[in-house]
Amino acid sequence: MTDASASAHRQTPLHGRHVALGAKMVPFAGWQMPLQYAGITEEHLAVRRAAGLFDVSHMGEIEVAGADALAAVQRISTNDAGRLEVGQAQYSALATPEGTFVDDLLVYRLAGDHFMLVVNAANIAAGFEWIRDHIAGVGDAVAVNTSSRYALIAVQGPRALDVVQPLTDVDLAAIRYYRFATGEVSGIRATVSRTGYTGEDGLELFVAPQTADRLWTALMSAGRHHGLQPAGLGARDTLRLEAAMRLSGQDIDGTTTVLEAGLGWIVGWDKPDFIGRDALVRQREAGVDRKLVGLEMTGPGIARHGYEVHAGGERVGRVTSGTRTPFLEKAVALAYVPAAGAAPGTEYEVDARGRRVPARVVPLPFYKRPR
Amino acid sequence: MYPTDRLYTKDHEWILISGTTARVGITDYAQAQLGDVVYVELPEVGRQLEQGTQFGSIESVKAVSDLYCPLAGRVTEVNAALATAPETVNADPHGTWMMAIELTDPAAASGLLDSAAYAELVK
Repeated sequence: MTDASASAHRQTPLHGRHVALGAKMVPFAGWQMPLQYAGITEEHLAVRRAAGLFDVSHMGEIEVAGADALAAVQRISTNDAGRLEVGQAQYSALATPEGTFVDDLLVYRLAGDHFMLVVNAANIAAGFEWIRDHIAGVGDAVAVNTSSRYALIAVQGPRALDVVQPLTDVDLAAIRYYRFATGEVSGIRATVSRTGYTGEDGLELFVAPQTADRLWTALMSAGRHHGLQPAGLGARDTLRLEAAMRLSGQDIDGTTTVLEAGLGWIVGWDKPDFIGRDALVRQREAGVDRKLVGLEMTGPGIARHGYEVHAGGERVGRVTSGTRTPFLEKAVALAYVPAAGAAPGTEYEVDARGRRVPARVVPLPFYKRPR
Repeated sequence: MYPTDRLYTKDHEWILISGTTARVGITDYAQAQLGDVVYVELPEVGRQLEQGTQFGSIESVKAVSDLYCPLAGRVTEVNAALATAPETVNADPHGTWMMAIELTDPAAASGLLDSAAYAELVK
């Protein structure tokens, strides 16, 4: 990556803060993002044991509003948005007619006729076009790409609420998991969401971009004695992998279906229609040929994205994500394997650059937080 | 910064020669680029390595990199402690050797950099 092309990537409102903190900046999905500050392992452990502060302003926001907004969201989103109360969020997928992924997303119900869809950075433009084009016939609903109106800061970890609570009158403990509230945090208007991508308890704060730096600074000051540390994309990736949360474009994409990815629970089977429904219903009845499973390496070596999975000397699958996780201190991976060989305990070999490393299917998630 | 008792490669390995034997590791610059090291794959003892051949690999949380042999030689020992404590590569890169080799030609240090030249390379 040359300097010229790196500078062509967009900067979040917190760019100067990351540089001042000495972050290693990398291009990611068209953005310059912090990969790490103190180091991935240290940041990962801070989130598991105390709290981490993440700039995830690269995520996209698309709002759908109008009298028929619910019908519009129901058409493009696999999960049943009709079950959402105002102030509630749900994980879902934008599926193709084949039941594969355009993207995964969170659907927030801001009001009865107003939804916010939070999509991945790499898919903001394509996702917005997909949504706009596919709700065109629904009726009175309009989709607006409001990504530039928000910065998004995540506070994640067992101490996350302790860090934020002194800065706000919003009763954070009263916000249940996958619920959100609006209020002021350190005097800054924010949508406070009990969500995250780390497998820990925590909050995600949607704020106006011009207030992001002030909020970051206030959170760092309030969090220091709780062990709060800035955490980058590297730790975000190892944390989400330990929690077996899928990464769009890597574990799930246009070639893999919602069912193959093990995400049947985000399909609203009772909904009369949505894009991908016919294909997913057929696949549910016929059964999937392959499934996304968790692998734990039982020999020395680390599986990485793209490595082949072998059984009986034949290539039978592929690794989509893999690392050695800092908290569990094990090499784990997500991989697609034949559905007949997806049961925990099934043995495979992963081709780690020519070396066969034994691996075993284990239940997902790899890590589940204590409650 | 870079000890003057040894030589360096452009691939960021160091080699500390003592008579006809040598120990090989990676530089502080290399460990900083890699980030947290979590696994080091080392060669079998007895293997004959040519200059520039891959002798193993090193994995950080994020990525995997190849290790190249600075000079031709036969592997006489590998640092078994790295199997359980790979993070020592980050903590003390110049004090953490990966393998020891019996040099094929102790006089042939061609193409290697001294401390000052290496420091210039990674400046």
